[in-house]
Amino acid sequence: MAQNDIRKDLLKKIADLHEVPEGAYNIRENSGLAGRRNTEYITIETKTDKPGINIYVKDGTQNKSVHIPVLITQTGITEMVYNDFFIGEDCDVLIVAGCGIHNEGDEKSAHDGIHSFEIGKNSRVRYIEKHYGEGKGTGERIMNPEMTAHLSEGATLEVESVQIGGIDSTNRKTVITADENAKVLIQERIMSDGKQDVVSDTEVILNGNGSSAQINSRSVAKGESTQLFYPKLTGNADCFGHVQCDSIIMDNAKIRSIPEICANSVDARLVHEAAIGKIAGDQILKLMTLGLTAEEAEEKILAGLLK
Amino acid sequence: MLRLENITFKIPAETGKTGTILDDISLEIPDGKYIVITGPNGGGKTTLAKVIMGLVTPDSGRIFLDGMNITPLDVTARAAAGISYGFQQPPRFKGITVKELLQIAAQKKLSRDECCSYLTKVGLCASDYLNREVDTSLSGGEMKRIEIATILAKNTPVMIFDEPEAGIDLWSFHRLTKTFREIHESTGCTLIIISHQERIISQADEVLLIADGKLSGRGLPEEILPQIDGIYERACCKLGAEC
Ligand SMILES: Nc1ncnc2c1ncn2[C@@H]1O[C@H](COP(=O)(O)OP(=O)(O)OP(=O)(O)O)[C@@H](O)[C@H]1O
Ligand SMILES: [Mg+2]
Repeated sequence: MAQNDIRKDLLKKIADLHEVPEGAYNIRENSGLAGRRNTEYITIETKTDKPGINIYVKDGTQNKSVHIPVLITQTGITEMVYNDFFIGEDCDVLIVAGCGIHNEGDEKSAHDGIHSFEIGKNSRVRYIEKHYGEGKGTGERIMNPEMTAHLSEGATLEVESVQIGGIDSTNRKTVITADENAKVLIQERIMSDGKQDVVSDTEVILNGNGSSAQINSRSVAKGESTQLFYPKLTGNADCFGHVQCDSIIMDNAKIRSIPEICANSVDARLVHEAAIGKIAGDQILKLMTLGLTAEEAEEKILAGLLK
Repeated sequence: MLRLENITFKIPAETGKTGTILDDISLEIPDGKYIVITGPNGGGKTTLAKVIMGLVTPDSGRIFLDGMNITPLDVTARAAAGISYGFQQPPRFKGITVKELLQIAAQKKLSRDECCSYLTKVGLCASDYLNREVDTSLSGGEMKRIEIATILAKNTPVMIFDEPEAGIDLWSFHRLTKTFREIHESTGCTLIIISHQERIISQADEVLLIADGKLSGRGLPEEILPQIDGIYERACCKLGAEC
């Protein structure tokens, strides 16, 4: 595939982008800047002290988006990138991040993205992050994303993180703190195969009265892959939190799920549920009676879970 | 015509138990008939339906659909050949919506109106259910009705429903009996309903009585209904209960 097609394909997979996005964007490619647009409301600037960018969203920015995809198409690139988001008050913004690695070579390619968010009062942020790897080379594809976020009073953060495939090793770490009436929603979707290893460590700390969190993690582990989940909820006030983990295990995969709920206030209400199991035989049979083959039925069931 | 020849099914060896669940059952069901299968719990009705759908492989015997021997066909091939089966206990699916399930059954994209018409036939309001996931958040009765709607969407020449009325409220039950009559009249399908309900039994063209793994009676509803008490009493004697 020509370099340009690889690039287009990766952009589509990780950011649903067909063309140059609307609104603000910053495209990082092979550790360099491949494109940027600032708008009236959203300003992106390159950090001077370390690799990465600062993203500023003005107070009152409504219904705007910013895309910050990262592409690695050369073998042997390893990078550590710091992205800091400063979201003003009363905003409603969509942030589409995501990283695609195409590694045809035999050296390892790695992207470690460290994202920090300061979210102003009553702002709503939707943050979508997709990770995807491909390429026939023997070089490993590695991503270790880290996220820290602080939500001011009344703010909402919705995180959708999706790891679609092709990443050999991931160690994900997330820490989010929520002030009064702030709301955190995390949806994690992970599929691993072959010899891939995934570790996901997510902590939400509910500090304010009226704050809430919902962590919903769904995964499928195939082949010889391993998955390890540590979702943790801490309630330090009159708050509500719910962790739900559902995994389907296949082949010779291994999954460990270790949810923790920790209450430091008599008014904290925290719930966790975790389930691991193989696809139920009667689910496959039911879909076969509707006309699907056994393989199609399995695909539907997995696609549903990871939706 | 659906024809079963000497179907025998024994308790699978891996369970460590022995016994015959279906004992040399032979029967013919002509096209376009409305058949109700009834009989005591544990008599073998569900197992018989599963044998027809291919969900269970009999130890011996053969099954023919319109003269074709479908015994070697798997479930998918039997679905393609024109058989569908609504489960007694339908499985649930995380992340698959009612609309998607209907579309899988119909094997095509369905408009909102088409989906609505299937759901209305089972007494569900489409706007409340179309985008809901078919997961554990649905009640037992809702699940059963969605299961019936998928079979209606599939619309095959042979439709088997396993205790469709189970867990369904009285109002919806009334609607459902009407739906079965309408479906049967409008599509001319062979309708096979496993049921314990007199109201469903009485609208059948013919009733099959399955007890103790055998076809122990067959006839018009008015002929079979009076025999039912006797059959149920014998069944409970066998279980060692006081009669
Ligand atoms: N896989 C199995 N292993 C052991 N026993 C089985 C198996 N499948 C069915 N049976 C037994 O076979 C008998 C018939 O079961 P079946 O489900 O066909 O009954 P049914 O007539 O549908 O009953 P109901 O009216 O309660 O639905 C029961 O005694 C049941 O326990
Ligand atoms: Mg049964």
